[in-house]
Formats: sequence, C-alpha cells, structure tokens
Amino acid sequence: MSAAVGLAARPLRTRVGPVEGIRQTCSLAWRTLVQIKHNPFELIDFTVQPVMFVLLFTFVFGGAIAGSPHQYLTFALPGIIVQNALFTTLNTGVGLSTDLEKGFFDRLRALPIARFSPLAGRIVADVVKQAWSIAMLLAVGAILGFRIGTDPASVLAAFALLLVSTLAVSWAIVLVAILAAKPEKVQVFGFIVLFPVTFTSDAFVRTASMPGWLQAWAKVNPVSLLSDAARGLLVSGPVAGPTLVSLLYALGLTAVFAPLAVRALRRRL
Amino acid sequence: MTYSIVAEGLVKRFGDTVALSGVDLAVRTGSVFGLLGPNGAGKTTAVRILATLARPDAGHAWVGGHDVVSGAHQVRKLIGLAGQYASVDETLTGLENLLLIGRLTGQSRPAARQRARELLADFRLDDAAGRAVKTYSGGMRRRLDLAASLVSRPRVLYLDEPTTGLDPLSRSEMWDMIRGLTASGVTVLLTTQYLEEADQLAGKIAVVDHGRLIATGTPAELKARTGGRILVVTPAHPASLPTVVSIVGALTRATPTVRDTTVTAPLADSAVLPAVVRHLDDAGIEVGELSLRGSSLDEVFLSLTGHPARDGGPEGGKPAADGDRDGPAGREELKSAYEGSLR
Repeated sequence: MSAAVGLAARPLRTRVGPVEGIRQTCSLAWRTLVQIKHNPFELIDFTVQPVMFVLLFTFVFGGAIAGSPHQYLTFALPGIIVQNALFTTLNTGVGLSTDLEKGFFDRLRALPIARFSPLAGRIVADVVKQAWSIAMLLAVGAILGFRIGTDPASVLAAFALLLVSTLAVSWAIVLVAILAAKPEKVQVFGFIVLFPVTFTSDAFVRTASMPGWLQAWAKVNPVSLLSDAARGLLVSGPVAGPTLVSLLYALGLTAVFAPLAVRALRRRL
Repeated sequence: MTYSIVAEGLVKRFGDTVALSGVDLAVRTGSVFGLLGPNGAGKTTAVRILATLARPDAGHAWVGGHDVVSGAHQVRKLIGLAGQYASVDETLTGLENLLLIGRLTGQSRPAARQRARELLADFRLDDAAGRAVKTYSGGMRRRLDLAASLVSRPRVLYLDEPTTGLDPLSRSEMWDMIRGLTASGVTVLLTTQYLEEADQLAGKIAVVDHGRLIATGTPAELKARTGGRILVVTPAHPASLPTVVSIVGALTRATPTVRDTTVTAPLADSAVLPAVVRHLDDAGIEVGELSLRGSSLDEVFLSLTGHPARDGGPEGGKPAADGDRDGPAGREELKSAYEGSLR
C-alpha cells in the first residue's frame, strides 16, 4: 500500500488559472460524453427518439396537416429540431441532479478545480450532444426529402442560434435540478412545462386554426419565434425579426436564471 | 508536535436544526482520529466543513495550516475525501473514474493512467477496471471510492463512515486497507457509528452527540469510562429468570437489564465471571447462553450521556444511509469456553 499514499510536496497556489479551468471543463465534458459508451440507452434518447418523432409526425400527421408528408416535412422539420433541442436540455438537468443526489458533485467540489468547471463541463458536453442531434435530424430529413433552401452560412447560423437558445433554457433547467432533490422531478418538470409550451407554438402546425386566445399566445411564444427563425435560416422566410427576438428571449432567460442557478448552488454550502 | 487539522468552536445550523454547536478538534499529523457518534450527531457536517464543502456559521478550522474558508483552494490540494456522501460516477468504469480525478488534479495523461493502474491493483480492482461502477458490489464500490480519494496523494484524508452498510467481510477488508494507508503516514479523520471500527482504526476518538464533543480519549480510555464489558445471560427456561437476575445483580453490583429472556449487566471486573458461572450452577440453573461482549455504541452513550444513542434526525438535511444501530459490537462469545462448566 506504500504506493497509495506518499507525501508529495507541491507548490500551493491560491486559485485556479483560466487555462487550467478550461482544461478541467474539458475533462468533465469528456466524462459526460464517455458515459454514452456505457449507457447506450442515452444514445436512444438523443438519436433514435428525434428520428422517430420526424417519421411519426411526417407520415402520420403530415398528410392531414399540410396535404402531403413531403410538404409537411419542409414546414415541420425546423420546428421538430427546436422541440428536440428544448427537450434535450432536460439531460443537463437530470445529469446534474443525479450528480448532486449521489454525491459525485461533492467529490468534484472538494477537488482543487475551478468552481465553474463541474457545471461548465456538463453544459459543454450537452452542447456537443445538441449539435449531434440537430445534424442527425437534418440528415434524416434529407433522406426523407427535406431540402435546405439557404446557404451554408445560414445553416451554421441556425446551429448557433439553436445552441445559444438551448444554453439559455439550460439555466432554467439547472435551477430546477438544484431545487428539486430528485432527478425524476426534473423529468416531471420537463413534461409539465416544456410539453405545453412547445405544443402551443407554430413548431408543428400553423397557428391560423387555433382559437384566438391561443393564437395570441402562440405568436409571442419563444418556441414559435425560434421555430420561425430556424425556418428562415434553413428553408426560407423572414430571418432578422424572429432571430433578433429569439436572441432577446435567450438573453432574458440567461439574465434571470443563470444568477439564480449559481446562487442556489452556492446556497448548498 | 504538529497538527494537520485544527478546529475551534465550529457551529453550523440548518434552519432551526443545530448540526454543530461549538466543536473543537486537534488532529495530530500522521495520526488517525475517529469521530464516533450516531446518525445526526454532526459528524458528517464537521467533515463537510473541513473538506470545504460547507461553511461554518461560526468558528474557524485550519487544515495543513490553511483556513478552510479563506484558503479553501489550498485545503483542497491537501485533502482526499471518501465515504458515504462522496461518490464515484456509476456510469463510468473504475479506471475512467480514477483517470478523471487524475486529470482534474493536474496529472498528465500517462501519469494519470499509471496512478490509476497502481491504485486499482492496490485495491484489488484490476479485474473490474473496465466495468461500469454500477455493476460493482458494495464493497468494491467503497474500495474504488477510497482509491479515488487517494489519486492526488493527499496528506489529509477524510473517511466518512467508510463501512456503513457493508457486510462484515467487506468491512474487515476495508479496515485492512485503511490500516495500510495509515501506516504510510497520512493523517486520517474517520467518522463512524461503530465503536469497534473506531477502536480498530483510530488512535484517538472523540464521541459526538447533538453537535458537541462529549468525550475525547484513546479507545482504551473511553472503554474504561464506559464500564468495561457487558455480561449476557439467557437461561434455558424463562421460569428461572428471577433467580438469574438476582445472582447477576448481586455479583456485578449493578441493576441488570432484562429483555425477553436475556439478562444483561455491565461487568467492571472480569474476575466476577467465574463466580457468576459457579453461582448459576449451584442454583441448578440450566443456561442457554452466557457471553461477555464489549460495550456497544448504545452503552457508551448511555454511560457518557445518560441517554441511549438515538436514531438521529437528518444530518445536514440528508437522509441517514443506514439503520444498523449498534453494529458488530465486539461480541466475544465465551459460550464454548464455559460450556464444560455449565453442564
């Protein structure tokens, strides 16, 4: 056992440098991504599930809603991408909540690492997963006949906007994860909040057939604006207006929930 | 003489619950210090403060000379934490867990890999290195947890109830491993609910109750204060209970406790034991069981505080991990040794 413990004299510094902090964030992001190797079910969560969604929506509802599956796909794929991106943010919350509950988060906090790295590592990993899901959905869409109607720069802009928006939503989910003691509660929150918000938008259908009061809400629903922006950037239509408002929503969510989440995390001290 | 851990007047409250109400500690460098107490006594809260995971509401603590609040980063460089609330990532393999901690604490990739292999071998986990931790047994998990706390070669190690919830075999395995560590000069702060565990591992023990230290000393000193050993007699026929109670009471000069058909009494002087056997034999009592055992945590508490170790409330708002109350309380079965004289 003599190898297990030795007295190592190391220089003591008072804080973690930013470069080290970023390196630690990458290590922790690796940790979240390598989990997929051992838990293939997670892969189903962010690969198979969205693909299934595309197939079901397109072939079951497509004809009824838009006259033909193909026409519907052109309209709905950007919306499905938005919906999937929002639901994927729940992974951040469930994962964080599990770490908090099991005590792994405490182990990390007792290490001499940058204070932001455990949270940042998880968020970086989830952004990677998000990008993968979006690419996946576009690929499946392409196979089914979805054609990008814009240029590569717009597609990149769509990716960027979606990632920024989901990052903003993640802060709210992170807050829920810290306040809810159990990972299951984070799931429940996702269901009772994200589900109705997503469906009362124009992500899947045009709002014209909705009752007036619902139309009023659907028009200002952030999910609608993000779907419109994604449509504009991937297919055709107005870009500047919905993109700007989406970014404002993202900014607002971050401004409210990021400080609350960080404060809630500190409060656990 | 140097002290690796010093605490002065630590106070921590959670709402209306007082988890610690003024705790002083001094743990000598290179020694093993045991914090002994029931669930909810404040042991985990004390460890969390000393591991920079919680801030004291009052008082100060220093680890390796650094204040745990203002010098938290330096403290974190010195410490390792293992036990019921610091866990490993169950979805990763054992090797990956150790690699992650190694990389996070600044080791290069090859160094982290070498250190991980070393630790996996030391803790007999090499065969399971490539398996996800969720497939590990309880004992293997604790060993990995202990290995993870040693990745950065800490000089101060906190072991928070390292064997709570383990079966006796895994428990004694853990003890061997902890003893191996302490031989190499690391300072260890151990919390436990088991008197025997503290006795086995710690050079000095502090008994904690209601967030206070109620007694401090070597295991031998504490056991002397609790009145030594406990005599247990169970007559074969319940009808002879009153006679047994009067014999035991007269010889031990204590008031025996009767539960079901078992009579127990503290035994200050083990020389009384043969007399007990003789008197029971003379009275023609057929004895079902006669044994002598060490004081359990309950009995230590009873004698130090006047109240039994109770099932505590939440400690730091977290649920108790285990309900095993008095544990394997050093039962020394003398039954067979005395069987001859009983017949």
